Amino acid sequence: MEKRATFSSTTIGILFALPMLVLIFVFFYWPSGQALFWAFTLEQPWGGGNRWVGFQNFQQLLSDPVYWNSISRSMIFGLGSTAIAMGMALILALFTDRELRGHGAYRSIFVWPYAIAAPALGLAFRFILAPEAGLLSLINQVWPGIWNPALDGNDAMIAVIIAFSWKYIGYNFIFFLSALQSIPRSLIEAAAMDGSGPARRMWDIQLPLLTPTLFFLLVINITESFQDSFGIVDIMTQGGPARATELMVYKIYFDGFKGLDYSGAAAQSIILMVLVILLTFVQFRFIERRVHYK
Amino acid sequence: MASIAIRGVRKAYAKNAVVHGVDLDIASREFIVILGPSGCGKSTLLRMVAGLEEISGGEIAIDGRVVNNLEPRERGCAMVFQNYALYPHMTVAENIGYALKVAGVPKDERRRRVEATAKIVGLEAYLDRRPAALSGGQRQRVAMGRAIVREPKVFLFDEPLSNLDAKLRVAMRAEIRRLHRRLGATSIFVTHDQVEAMTLGDRLVVMNGGRIEQVGSPAEVYNRPASRFVASFVGSPAMNLMEGTIDRHGVFVYDAERQIPIPATLDARLVGHKVALGVRAEAARLVEPGTAGSIPATVDFVEELGAGRVVHTDLDGLSFAVSLSTPNVMPAGTPVGIAIDPRDVHLFSIETGLRIEFAAGIAAPANSN
Repeated sequence: MEKRATFSSTTIGILFALPMLVLIFVFFYWPSGQALFWAFTLEQPWGGGNRWVGFQNFQQLLSDPVYWNSISRSMIFGLGSTAIAMGMALILALFTDRELRGHGAYRSIFVWPYAIAAPALGLAFRFILAPEAGLLSLINQVWPGIWNPALDGNDAMIAVIIAFSWKYIGYNFIFFLSALQSIPRSLIEAAAMDGSGPARRMWDIQLPLLTPTLFFLLVINITESFQDSFGIVDIMTQGGPARATELMVYKIYFDGFKGLDYSGAAAQSIILMVLVILLTFVQFRFIERRVHYK
Repeated sequence: MASIAIRGVRKAYAKNAVVHGVDLDIASREFIVILGPSGCGKSTLLRMVAGLEEISGGEIAIDGRVVNNLEPRERGCAMVFQNYALYPHMTVAENIGYALKVAGVPKDERRRRVEATAKIVGLEAYLDRRPAALSGGQRQRVAMGRAIVREPKVFLFDEPLSNLDAKLRVAMRAEIRRLHRRLGATSIFVTHDQVEAMTLGDRLVVMNGGRIEQVGSPAEVYNRPASRFVASFVGSPAMNLMEGTIDRHGVFVYDAERQIPIPATLDARLVGHKVALGVRAEAARLVEPGTAGSIPATVDFVEELGAGRVVHTDLDGLSFAVSLSTPNVMPAGTPVGIAIDPRDVHLFSIETGLRIEFAAGIAAPANSN
């Protein structure tokens, strides 16, 4: 007995798929198409009257040292926050995995940061890391002026990286922990019988078996660090001081909505999109092949 | 090689006791099989020897050295796990050589020893394969190789054959036996399979409910079960057990028409008491119904085993198995008589479940009233 419903008419099938297709079109293809169109034209600030300019927008961007600055800042931010978020999460998960009661509670507690909207998170960290009143004001009291994200570009970059990492540590932790717990207990015991201590077991047994999860999280973290960082930067530093935290996604917003350069911003978002696609492609092409052990 | 002494060992999880005071001395080079139903604490006991499970009470000594607080790696034991526990990301050679690598054995010697071990377990051709590319039997061999390569003082086997099919299990059984003869390491083998236990062990340890029921050679355990539990657990088909009273004539009375003579040398104090009487299926014989001294029964069904057959009979609700070597067609409901030699009878106390000893060989008169 065939239980699956089949439709003789393709129209019914299309009708069923239509709501999703409309959603995808309205929220993905249409804006992307619009951005693509704007990137190759010159858009008036007050609307109306596009002029086709070909690759001029891109040429202008790529010859602008300020734009290259934002690319390198984005790279620093992406690598730094991914390293911290994944590293910390992995360490937490490895220690949690070793005989810990109530890991169910940990799972839900650690995922909460991920549910916090970036602007709220940014605001919280703005207070936490404030040089005059936050946690680090104690350090400033001992060595005056050593920490000030409002003046020092490096401090500002560190601040946004910490805030962003904090959000993703919990997310990564949950993936790492469930991956660790899916490693059969007897494998760890066998390694213990083979004379391997806890640290050695992590390195020889647990980490290699985590590689699929490591790879997945690497892709997610890098991608998200390029896209999800806007709210944090906007609330904490507004790209400053002196463009030290002007990430690509923030610059798009700034040039577009503050500078009213729609075409330049559209070209930037196309570049960002291509960059993210490229990074993901590179990761799949060169890292994934080292991942599978089965 | 090493002797193992287990003294008053207990294990409790929170308030839940699983092993209640086990005492066992294992001689060097001995092959001990721990047999018991699932949940009897046999694996827990093994894991306490291995160091994978903390010891709640008592002590375990290997070669006279108390190991209670030693890490698994300091105890000199190797273990074969039920699910093999092979490292999926390592090749066969790496799996076997891992212990040596951890121990810091130089690469050349490592390769030499891995190759020698692979030869012993017949895996020379598979050294570069990953576990996923091996069959169940080959994985089992890798697990064995991993244990052998370290030349351990003690081998621990945690139901290593239960994931294999019947034919492979018999082959691996023989191989383990041969391996033990060759290497001579003291071995503890945990299983719930009595055939494995009988064929492998120098001595059997039968466990139930966290306690040792009996320790002895396979023949001893089979021929003189120390308790009602051992009697019913060891042997296939299980020993026939019936509860009844000993009357003053040295006769076991099951009911009005079923009375079985038992040796008259029995302790006089037992007369008038209720006991459990056990007879192995192969010790009972089928005779014509109504034969003097036989007990009446009807055939329930016959299990054909090829080499022999087991006739399951019905004693007014109690099932009683009799082994036959000659082919015999008996439809259900056929009346038969069961003849039992008094010397083949086992008696167990109802209260304690323990064996009641008597000197065999002296038969009481069959029908004295």
